[in-house]
Amino acid sequence: MIPELGHFALIVAFAITIVLSIVPLIGAAKNDAAMIALARPAALAQLLFISLSYAALTHAFIVHDFSVLYVSQHSNLVQPLLYRVSGVWGSHEGSLLLWALILSLWTTAVAVYSRSLPDVLMARVLAVMGMISIGFLSFMLWTSNPFERIFPVPADGNALNPLLQDPGLAIHPPMLYMGYVGFSVAFAFAVAALLGGKLDATWARWSRPWTTIAWSFLTFGIALGSWWAYNELGWGGWWFWDPVENASFMPWLVGTALIHSLASTEKRGVFKSWTVLLAIMAFSMSLLGAFIVRSGVLVSVHAFATDPARGVFILVFLCIVVGGSLALFAWRSATVTSSGRFSWFSRETALLLNNIIFLTAAVAVFVGTMYPLLVDSLGLGKISVGRPYFDTMFALVAIPLIILLGIGPALRWKRDDAQRIKTSRQVLFIASLAIGIVLPFIIDGVLNIKTGLGLAGALWIAMTTLNSLYQRIRMSKRLPLAFSGMIIAHLGMSMFVAGVTIVMTYHQEKDVRLEPGSSYELSGYDFKFIGIRKVTGPNYLADEGHLVISRDGEKVADLYPQKRIYQGQSNAMTEASIDVGLFRDLYAAMGEPLGKDAWSMRLYYKPWIRWIWLGTLFMTFGGILAVCDRRYRQSVVQRVKGLNEQVATN
Amino acid sequence: MNKRSKRKLLVVMVVFGVAVATVLSLTALQENLQYFYSPTEVKAGEAPDSREFRIGGLVVAGSVERATEGLLVSFDLTDNAKIITVEYSGILPDLFREGQGIIALGAMNGSGTFVANEVLAKHDENYMPPEVAAALKAAEHK
Repeated sequence: MIPELGHFALIVAFAITIVLSIVPLIGAAKNDAAMIALARPAALAQLLFISLSYAALTHAFIVHDFSVLYVSQHSNLVQPLLYRVSGVWGSHEGSLLLWALILSLWTTAVAVYSRSLPDVLMARVLAVMGMISIGFLSFMLWTSNPFERIFPVPADGNALNPLLQDPGLAIHPPMLYMGYVGFSVAFAFAVAALLGGKLDATWARWSRPWTTIAWSFLTFGIALGSWWAYNELGWGGWWFWDPVENASFMPWLVGTALIHSLASTEKRGVFKSWTVLLAIMAFSMSLLGAFIVRSGVLVSVHAFATDPARGVFILVFLCIVVGGSLALFAWRSATVTSSGRFSWFSRETALLLNNIIFLTAAVAVFVGTMYPLLVDSLGLGKISVGRPYFDTMFALVAIPLIILLGIGPALRWKRDDAQRIKTSRQVLFIASLAIGIVLPFIIDGVLNIKTGLGLAGALWIAMTTLNSLYQRIRMSKRLPLAFSGMIIAHLGMSMFVAGVTIVMTYHQEKDVRLEPGSSYELSGYDFKFIGIRKVTGPNYLADEGHLVISRDGEKVADLYPQKRIYQGQSNAMTEASIDVGLFRDLYAAMGEPLGKDAWSMRLYYKPWIRWIWLGTLFMTFGGILAVCDRRYRQSVVQRVKGLNEQVATN
Repeated sequence: MNKRSKRKLLVVMVVFGVAVATVLSLTALQENLQYFYSPTEVKAGEAPDSREFRIGGLVVAGSVERATEGLLVSFDLTDNAKIITVEYSGILPDLFREGQGIIALGAMNGSGTFVANEVLAKHDENYMPPEVAAALKAAEHK
């Protein structure tokens, strides 16, 4: 009964969403206050019914209702509660429901927290978000109903893919979706502004905090995915340039360009149409990501759907959203004029360069990801693009980006004096370059220019960012949260560059054959294999290895890697064991038994790998801090008051 | 800076960025494309000699052999028409087993054996790589 109620709630939500996406728009066109006022309650009602539907599915998982096909496919009797709750988004249908839920959460958040928005604009924004929601809800109702029943009812279900049974992964999809879907707010603001034909700096100010917070979620979600892959897949890497990773990285790159471009538009009123275009692109990339991951054109742990009808549906939806918004842009953007003037040497130019660099990176990822799909769909053969392509592209993009990152934030708006920047940055530039180049030589006596440049880059970002902080404190004594957020995010970038450089140069990995009592030395650490024992987990059996790691005769850590067999699965799963440290991770994963108690083992020494995720956490935190800045609350209220008064007097 | 020259600046920068990005991407892309060949195609001599490529098929039952020392393993890969022997030194993925569809990345050595640098078996035990599925179909039709 409850699953049917869930299905029914979804249908009601769909009906409400149709009202939400049509009536307020008509109201805005006709200036009908009653119709405009319908937007907010409709958004709230939509959230209510989608939540009910979501709760119904969660309930089916918790009580083991295997008469629901989706539950029986992704949960069994022994699955722990955490993985029954997260099992809801463990596959295609449920993750769509989560997507719809998050979209309605964002819609309601806009309705609630932007009370100061002019009503007409608000009506348009909510209506556009409703249209997006229609796409996802109809997708679910017509091709991917999570409440479908199965008869006869199986006594037990199929376990959730054991790879997904990890706490990091349990929260990875919700965080990622918060980011993907969050870009729909910026998109809706952009489209609403284009519809209204009024694109001024206040538009940027309204959409900026929403975009930044969505970007923070996306950053965090991607970092979680990377951390999970490192822990769970047993390959010891943190990024594989897998198409599904790229699918999340493309919106991140465009989104990063967008949050920087919004800064110019908000502060100086420049690049208005460019920013609108970026807002459209960022959300289009999110949808493209959904298409890549959900359509079944790629196969991986993320690709659940193999039904071609679903792929076609998403593709059509993608074309409508992208095509429609670009057409609207082409039609309306001529009316947008940028008011600010600026000279070559100014922060505006620096932010423009930032945008070009990030878009170049996005194009590089796009080409590498989509080219094999294109070649395949034209029947020209099956190809794939190797890692070195992406590594080369990003090394090339990183150089101008890092140099710019040291200079851009110090530049003044409108016009700056090249001599002033030269004096403040010259010493730092030479110092970071010199120290960076020398560092590899100090570490292991070898002059390594590539590594040296990477470290120089990290130092350059860190020193210039701290210098900007010092200057700011000295000049004004006040430290707005938006500024602190930027400083922290940029420091995060520095940590990220340092982590990537060091782990790529100095990591060591070795697949070895170990018998009990034998050992292998990696980078000064002695990995001694003690033996194997059997252990029983809540829903698996495992062979657990024991390794003792010592350095210079002193014990450093015990590692207990496992080879698990989950109930209902025939294949073994590798569970790596990692001794975590700020400056190095020691990592062991079990391979296969080789007879006579010997096992193949994969041993890794990963220096500074934590800095990669630490850096992304700093970026996430920086974004959150920036959103908390007072000026988004105060001045929006003030400006809008002024605006409303203007309208009233007119 | 007036409006026109600013617009020019914008256009020039965008065009320049796009041009640089295109040239670099295409060069790097061309160098790093990995083509896929089925065992039948490899036997027919269609696969490159010097370049890395991907081969895919089903692991022949009973063909997996391990060296007594070290981690060298060899197995046969088939598309149900032709068989190619693959050699790999290292740890095979969890989902590697006989009868399973897998993909290997590497190159041919002089004596007709494929030396793999990487063996991929994806995340799901019921999963068949699409390339392998297509290769099996193609072999069936011959």
